[in-house]
Amino acid sequence: MLGGVRRDPGAAAIGAATVGRAAALLAAALAFAPAAQAAPRAEVIHWWTSGGESAAVKQVALAYRSLGGAWVDTAIAGGDQSRAVTLNRIIGGKPPTAAQFNTSKQFLDIIDEDMLEDVDDIARRDGWDRTLPQPIIDVIKVRGHWYAAPMNIHMQTWLWYSKPAFAKAGIAHEPRSVDELFAALDKLKAAGLVPLAHGGQAWQESILFTLMLSNLGGRDLYLRVVRDRDPAAIRSPALRRVLLAYKRLHRYVDPAAPGRNWNDATAMVIQGRAGMQVMGDWAKGEFTAAGQLPERDYGCVPGLSPASPYLVQGDVFVFPRTADPAVRHAQRMMARVVADPAVQLAFNRLKGSIPVRPDVDLKRLDACARKGMAIVQDRARPLGVMEIYLTPDQNGALQDVLTSYWNTDMPVERAQASIASALRY
Amino acid sequence: MKRPSLKLSTLAPHAALLPMAVTAIVAYFGAALWTLRISLTGSRTFPSGSYIGLAQYQRLFDNERWMLSLHNLAVYGLLFIIACVTIGFLLAVFIDQRVRGEGLLRTIFLYPYAMSFVATGLVWQWLLTPGDGIDGAVRALGLGGLSGFSFDWIVRQDLAIYTVVIATVWQASGLVMALMLAGLRGIDPDIWKAARLDGIPAWRVYTRIVLPMLWPTVATVLLLLSTAVVKLYDAVVAMTQGGPGTASEVPTKFIMDHLFLRSNVGLASAAAVVLLVPVLALLAPYAYARSRKEAA
Repeated sequence: MLGGVRRDPGAAAIGAATVGRAAALLAAALAFAPAAQAAPRAEVIHWWTSGGESAAVKQVALAYRSLGGAWVDTAIAGGDQSRAVTLNRIIGGKPPTAAQFNTSKQFLDIIDEDMLEDVDDIARRDGWDRTLPQPIIDVIKVRGHWYAAPMNIHMQTWLWYSKPAFAKAGIAHEPRSVDELFAALDKLKAAGLVPLAHGGQAWQESILFTLMLSNLGGRDLYLRVVRDRDPAAIRSPALRRVLLAYKRLHRYVDPAAPGRNWNDATAMVIQGRAGMQVMGDWAKGEFTAAGQLPERDYGCVPGLSPASPYLVQGDVFVFPRTADPAVRHAQRMMARVVADPAVQLAFNRLKGSIPVRPDVDLKRLDACARKGMAIVQDRARPLGVMEIYLTPDQNGALQDVLTSYWNTDMPVERAQASIASALRY
Repeated sequence: MKRPSLKLSTLAPHAALLPMAVTAIVAYFGAALWTLRISLTGSRTFPSGSYIGLAQYQRLFDNERWMLSLHNLAVYGLLFIIACVTIGFLLAVFIDQRVRGEGLLRTIFLYPYAMSFVATGLVWQWLLTPGDGIDGAVRALGLGGLSGFSFDWIVRQDLAIYTVVIATVWQASGLVMALMLAGLRGIDPDIWKAARLDGIPAWRVYTRIVLPMLWPTVATVLLLLSTAVVKLYDAVVAMTQGGPGTASEVPTKFIMDHLFLRSNVGLASAAAVVLLVPVLALLAPYAYARSRKEAA
């Protein structure tokens, strides 16, 4: 997938529509712009390099260009690499106009160093306080100012399942509770399939734990452990139960799982060799690329109870501080493009995520995205992924413990003690 | 008229070495001191000046993954060096027998060294993946059917680190061979003639006479291999990513993860300083031996 942008007539059509609508919507904004001597030049660092991703970011670039701006694309493969380049360039005094980060505490230190411009005007105009899910507000609004423009909402713990595999195993309906999940896994195993397609990398194991912590432990326990880092909650019998259920999933994974990439695990579900996978909604792109349709070839389950938390993550753009009014102008224009409903729709359709604003044309989203849009309207259901509450460092230390516990025969009490110690710093 | 030219001839080499010396002092010592300073601060994403004493070191040695990384490095280092030196020496002796097609064999053995660790790691990861690669090939040949053959070290907690040893030995032993062969070719043929006259078997000549004479070459090989051990990073990332779980984590990966991914420059610096200690411990005897040699 790396590098090759798929030539997709559908995408081109969306692109044209986006440009038209964006131009119309933002013409007013342009009227207030100083009579631009040169086109406002935006150098944007991001890590959207796979086929679907680069098609998605192209929609943003097209919209920016349609307003008369010059888009300089600095795509860097790999989030870690990309963020390292952004940080180094900010420290070195040559920051990009805008840079991608995950919706998380990854950019909190740069805010504290006062190295980012705010986007308060657009936040006020669009009423982000009312429309954005609380977990996103928690990380982009610091001391009353908005420091990032959110691009999308991903949900981390979707359950993707193969319809033919479920039929073969005789599973009548989607699992609606943790017990039903294990019952379905047992049936898949009995049918001779790999019940759970899993990529044995620390972050993917952390997704399985998040599924159990939020669905079995519930919202309160989740927040006490992940947000408050409360030692009493970490050592509680409730978390013990969550850890045991998480470890129980290991029985349903094939032996070749360690080190496997997430998309190779998705391919197992697509081919019907495996029953299901727990993964964020970026996995949808793999199904689409294989020519499969939601609700026909595969199913998507957002949670294991009617009021299950919706685990929000996503991407944002930040705007490094600058003294140059021309750059500032380009940044404001970029922030407006990112927030524009037409751009939001075009980008998120290709990316697999859902738009950050509720006022988009739902009919143009697929079945899974519509489920997601319906859930986030209930402000009690969105919950942040662990990175939203933990620093990258704490999150990493927690992942180390979770992956050790998953891969070894570490006793559950020791895992609890290790989690408490990992989250102490 | 002789004096100035003499002065110039002693000055010129020093002047020529100056840029290198400045680079070494500023880039290496400067960076090492900077790292030491940062390791005493509470730096997160950015280097900061808030000193917190030895707290980062305390935290480092309280960290299970770091301790495991050190343990893995010791196991890996020992096996890697022993295997490389043994295989490299045997290959060199083998080629030294004036075999036919020597040039071709030398190229084949040295070839892996031309590949990057990342490429080597990826190739071996494919070879070692259970169900594919070696495992799959043996089964496809029908050899594994009865004895239940399986080669799944790369996904085994207790064995994953050994797969990294296999891949990197495959890569580096060719270099050891080349160095050893150069050494063997430097041995005076008269020694061989004398030994033959005395009726000493060839293997004893190699172990008792030739190997001791090759000591400077062996020292160079050991130094090169030791630095490769401490630097071990890319092969692990390409092969196991430190997994399964944290089973094949190494210190450099801990440092890189904390430097960028986990935005904890302070802890990463403390780990880097700790990693500098074995490097100095390796370097000190070498420098000592050289200084004695110069004095002699």
